Amino acid sequence: MTAFSLDAVAAILLIPVGAAALLATLPNYRITAGLNVAASLLTLLAAVSLLVTDRPQPGQYLLVDDLNIVFIVLNTFVGFTTSVFSASYIAHELDTGRLTATNLRFYHAMYQIMMFGMNLAFVSNNIGLMWVAVELATLTTVLMVGIYRTHEALEAAWKYFILGSVGIALALFGTILVYMAAQPIVGEGTNAMVWTVLIEHAARFDPALLNVAFVFLLLGYGTKVGLAPLHAWLPDAHAEGPTPISAVLSGLLLNVALYAVLRFKLLLAASPDAIAPGPLMITMGLTSLIFAAFMLYRRRDIKRLFAYSSIEHMGIIVFAFGMGGPLANFAGLLHMVMHSLTKSAIFFTVGHIAQIKGTQNIAEIRGLTETHPGLGWALVIGVVAIAGLPPLGIFMSEFLVVSSTFARHPLLAMPLVFGILLAFGALLLRLTGVAFGEPRGSTAPAEASYVPMYSHLTLVFAAGIYLPPPLVIWFQHVANLLG
Amino acid sequence: MNGLTFDIAHLLAGGLVLVSFMMLYQDRLFALINVFALHAIVLALSVAWQAYIQDAHHLYVTAAIALIFKAIIIPVGLHRIIQRLGIHRDIETAVGIGPTMLAGIGLVTLSMVLMLRVTPDADPLAREDLAFALSIILLGLLVMVTRRNAVSQVVGFMSLENGLVLAATGAKGMPLVVEISVAFSILIAFIVIGVFLFRIRERFDSVDVGALDDYRGEHR
Repeated sequence: MTAFSLDAVAAILLIPVGAAALLATLPNYRITAGLNVAASLLTLLAAVSLLVTDRPQPGQYLLVDDLNIVFIVLNTFVGFTTSVFSASYIAHELDTGRLTATNLRFYHAMYQIMMFGMNLAFVSNNIGLMWVAVELATLTTVLMVGIYRTHEALEAAWKYFILGSVGIALALFGTILVYMAAQPIVGEGTNAMVWTVLIEHAARFDPALLNVAFVFLLLGYGTKVGLAPLHAWLPDAHAEGPTPISAVLSGLLLNVALYAVLRFKLLLAASPDAIAPGPLMITMGLTSLIFAAFMLYRRRDIKRLFAYSSIEHMGIIVFAFGMGGPLANFAGLLHMVMHSLTKSAIFFTVGHIAQIKGTQNIAEIRGLTETHPGLGWALVIGVVAIAGLPPLGIFMSEFLVVSSTFARHPLLAMPLVFGILLAFGALLLRLTGVAFGEPRGSTAPAEASYVPMYSHLTLVFAAGIYLPPPLVIWFQHVANLLG
Repeated sequence: MNGLTFDIAHLLAGGLVLVSFMMLYQDRLFALINVFALHAIVLALSVAWQAYIQDAHHLYVTAAIALIFKAIIIPVGLHRIIQRLGIHRDIETAVGIGPTMLAGIGLVTLSMVLMLRVTPDADPLAREDLAFALSIILLGLLVMVTRRNAVSQVVGFMSLENGLVLAATGAKGMPLVVEISVAFSILIAFIVIGVFLFRIRERFDSVDVGALDDYRGEHR
C-alpha cells in the first residue's frame, strides 16, 4: 500500500506537469480546455486516494500528514471545479476577442503549472522546497493576471509582481534564519531544512533567532495571504485578471501562503522560549478584518468588492489560528474550507455576470434574479453565505470563532464582531441592488456552467446544516495538532 | 578561523553593502545598471571566497552564476532593452538623494543592531554575513520604493536577491537546492520582467510605473 500512496503523491505532482507540457503544444482550444478539466480531475482523484490509503513515510523532500491533506484535497477539488468553469468562461472570451488562441495555450499551460506549484508547496517536507513552490505559483499567477494586456491588467500584474516578490524575498530570508537556528543542533546539510526533523528538535533552537525568523516569515508569506497593510496587490490582481484566476487566487493561493505561516507557527510553538506567535497573528488578522470591512463600503467594481471580502475572511482565519487552542483552530480550519468554496463559487457567478453585462461596475448591474435567475440566485446564496448568515457553513465557522474568542478573551471579541457586522452590512447593501431592483444592462441569455458554482454552494449549505462526524473528528484531530 | 581569511570575507561582504549605497545616489539608468553589475561582481567574489574557506565546491557554481548571469548577461540585456525601447534614461526619484542616503544609513544600523543581537552564539562569519545581507535586502527595498521607473525597481529587486544569496552562502552547509533555486528564480523573475517590459512598451510610451498610477480601480 505504501508504494501506491507514494505513487499518489507523485501523481498529484506529475499530472499537472505533464498536462502543462501537453497543453502548451496543442493549438485547439476546445481540446485543451477539455484536457485541462481531465488533468484537474485526475489530480483530484489522486489526492482523494491519499485519504484512503496508507501515507508514505516522510522523506527529505515530500510529506503527507494530517494537516496538509486537508489543504491538498481542498486545493485539487477547487482546482477541478475552476477548470470546468474556466472552460465555459474562456469560450466566451475567445468569442468576444479578448483572448486569442495563442493566449489560451499559454493560459492552460500556466494553469497546470500553478496547480503543480500549489500542490508541491503543500506536500513539501523541506522549507526550501516549499519556498520555491510558493514562488512558482506566484509567478504563474502574475503572468495570468496580466494576460489581457490592458493598461489596468498590466498595472495590476506589475503591482502584484513587485509586492509578491518582496514578500517572497522576506520569506526566503526567514527561511535562511530558520536554517541558521537549526544548523547547530541538527547539523549541516539538507536535514536542517526538513520539516519533520525541525519540529522534532525545535525545542533546542536558539529562540531569539527563531523569533526574528518568524517575523520575516509572517511578513513575507503574510503579503501573499493578503494581510493588511501588505494587501495592496490583492484587489487589483483579482479585478483585472481572468475570473477563473480570481477564483483560484482567493480560493487557493491565499491558502497556500496561510499553510506556510501555519507550519512555521507550529515550529515556533514547539520552542518554549520563543515569542508566542499568536498575538502577532491576532493583530494582523484583526487589522485586515476591520480595514477590509470599511473598504467594502466604497467599492464600485464587483470583483474588487469580493477581493476585499477575501482580505476580510483571511483576517478572520488568521485571527482564529492566532487565538489557537482546539476550538479556535477547528473554527479557523472550517472557515478556511468554507471560504474557499464560497468565494470561488461567487467568482464563478460574477465571471459569467460580468461577461453578460460587459462591465464589472456594480451600478450597471441590476435586477439579476429577474433577468438571469440561475446566476442571480447563485449570487444571492453566495453573498448570504459569505456575509455569514445562517444556515450556511460560514455562519457556523464564524460563530465558532466568535464564541471561542468570547470564552477566552472577551475584549478581543468586540473588534472581531464589529468587523464581521460591518462587512455583513456592506455586502448585503450591495447585494440588494445587484440581485433585485430594476433590471439594467444587457439581458442576453447566459451560457453559463452552473454545475461548479452550485456544487460548491450545496457543499457550503450542507456543511452549515450537518457536518458528518468523521469530518468533525478529522478536523478536531488537525486542530489539536495545530496547538 | 585564520584572521586573514576572515578579514577578506568581511571586506567583500562589507563592499557589497557599500555598492548598495552607490545605487542609492545614481540618477541615470545606465549608471545604475553598471553599479548593479559591480554589485554582482562583488557578490561573485564573496561567494567564491566563501566556497574556498568553507571548502564547499558547489558554491563555486553559485559564484559563477552570479558572475556570468547577473554581472554580464542581465546588465547587457537591460542596456539593450533600454536602447531598443527608447526608454527615458533619467531616473525619477520619489524621495531626494539626501534623505534616501540618511534612510539607508538608518536601515544598515537597524540591521546591524538586530542581527548581531540575536546571533551571539553563531559562527562570527555567518553572523556578520547575515547582518550585511539584511542591510543589502533593506537597501534594495529602499531603491525599489524611492524610484519610479520600472527598470530601476527591477534593479533594486535584483540587488535585494543578491543579499539573499549572500545570506544563503554565509549559512554554512545550506543545501545546494536552495542556492540553485535562488539563482533559478532570478532567471524566471527576469524573464517575467522582460515580458512585462515589452508588453508595457507595446501599449505605452513610458515604463514609468508612476505614469500608470491614476488608475485606482474606482474611477470609472
